[in-house]
Amino acid sequence: MIVAAASPVIPDFGGGGGCARANRTFCWDWFSAHWGDTFQPALLQHLALTAVAVAVGFVIATSCALVAHRRGWFEGPFVTVSGILYTIPSLALFQLLVPITGLSVLTAEIALVSYTLLIIFRNVLTGLREVPEETREAARGMGLTANQMLVRVELPLALPAVVAGVRIATVTVISLATVAAFVIDRGLGAPIFAALQSSFKTEFIAAGALAVALALVADGLLVLAARALTPWAAAGTS
Amino acid sequence: MGPVGSGRPPTTVTKPLSNASAAAIPAAGAGRASEIVFDAVTKRYPRRAEPAVSSLSLTVPAGEICVLVGPSGAGKTTAMRMVNRLIDITEGDIRIDGTSVRSLDATRLRRRIGYVIQQVGLFPHMTVALNIGTVPRLLGWDRPHIRARAQELVELVGLDPAQDLDRYPAELSGGQRQRVGLARAMAADPPLMLMDEPFGALDPITRARLQDEFLRLHHAIRKTVIFVTHDIDEAIKMGDRIAILREGGVLAQYAAPDEVLTSPADDFVGRFVGTDRGLKRLSLMALADLELEPAEADAPDRPSALLSTPLRDALAMMLSHGGRPLTVVGDDRRPVGVVSLETMARALSSPVGAGRRAPAA
Repeated sequence: MIVAAASPVIPDFGGGGGCARANRTFCWDWFSAHWGDTFQPALLQHLALTAVAVAVGFVIATSCALVAHRRGWFEGPFVTVSGILYTIPSLALFQLLVPITGLSVLTAEIALVSYTLLIIFRNVLTGLREVPEETREAARGMGLTANQMLVRVELPLALPAVVAGVRIATVTVISLATVAAFVIDRGLGAPIFAALQSSFKTEFIAAGALAVALALVADGLLVLAARALTPWAAAGTS
Repeated sequence: MGPVGSGRPPTTVTKPLSNASAAAIPAAGAGRASEIVFDAVTKRYPRRAEPAVSSLSLTVPAGEICVLVGPSGAGKTTAMRMVNRLIDITEGDIRIDGTSVRSLDATRLRRRIGYVIQQVGLFPHMTVALNIGTVPRLLGWDRPHIRARAQELVELVGLDPAQDLDRYPAELSGGQRQRVGLARAMAADPPLMLMDEPFGALDPITRARLQDEFLRLHHAIRKTVIFVTHDIDEAIKMGDRIAILREGGVLAQYAAPDEVLTSPADDFVGRFVGTDRGLKRLSLMALADLELEPAEADAPDRPSALLSTPLRDALAMMLSHGGRPLTVVGDDRRPVGVVSLETMARALSSPVGAGRRAPAA
């Protein structure tokens, strides 16, 4: 197994007083003492890993979905390849990649991106295909070109499905990015691995909780973004 | 359509229809209408023996409503969709004001033709104003101009600009949506409109109201309209001319509604217009079209009807009053004559009616 490149974080028992020395379930003092040097940087790194993976995955998957929307034959091959990537266990994928790309951020990102592809692709394509036929017919009849139809009609109408895909992908990547600590000492996975080796409870509980909180906040922000972008979706239901 | 039938109190009626429609026509191309010629148009689909449309030839004079009517499989919609090239012509040609549609760029052609479909096809993510502005935006009009045009048209089709312009389609009723669909089709003042069962999905009351309003609107703007329906009653009501198609897209008869009813070209047309075609003719004429018997001075309890009443309604009134004659009154409620069952029967047996459509009530 590949172990994190950096040396394990030895809990600073002095920082948290008796609670940390006794390794109780959660020591708030220890957590707040190490927020600045451990958790905050890890959280920001985690956020960066996730944002890059989702952004890159979004660009690749959406472009491919647009191709498949025009040329139906492209859907099969893409779903097969991204489906295989999706089913490879994350640890195995890291193992496969390390000989090629090394213990690098690139390795972690390649793995994370590969898990977003299938989800985002499926959602974008479904969203585009669910545009009502009469809407398309009216658009064609009014003289919209294929590109105008895509930009002005199909993509806006596909937006709720697209955002739904991005939400699932984001939450998945936030969870999987903890495993990226196998190859790089970054993100919330790093303190979790460190804590697992020393069986120090506060550290991995804190890092785990932060990952969950990050996922919830990211998901909530995406829901709000979707609402702001699709005011029409709420119309008529109120 | 405008003020009438929108269900609004008369106080909100801002201007008479004629002014509203005149204002609705932008300076560029005021009131243009095109002549459409179908010249031996045939549509064949691969792997199908029978053509969908067979050598269809007809001319729609500028400013008239031509209704394509027939049973399903008669190629009405196919014929219509070849005009704006949503369907390619296999053989023959369609000319708009002498120019073959085949010689024009399809998207530019479509921007000059209003298009209304049964399911309306409004863009759910756009407000009413944005929906109406679709073609003007494609044509590069500036924003204030587009907004002003949307406002004008919303009013013209009987909606409330203050309230409805910024609504989304999901917030509108079916009838309101089709009004917006109509406004959207008229946005760039096209000389030709294609309407594919535009009122087919509406309830009977809304449908009749929209039909009446559209006829009144058409009277004011005089666009050339190709109107597809499978409903012979709607065809008779809406059409200046009716093209009756039979299966395989063969033209069975092309004539004014009255002629179709009085002299069907063949058995197929006769069956299609129905054995009640005499009654149907009654809705084409109003009491004003009849030679009335002189009004009698003392007939106080006799039912009365306005000159503008369609004969069909007048007949119904007579029958429900035991077949007694009606006193016909003018707009000022003064009696101008009397109509009896005999008068009406005479009118029906005359070869061709007065040639004018009963004004929509």
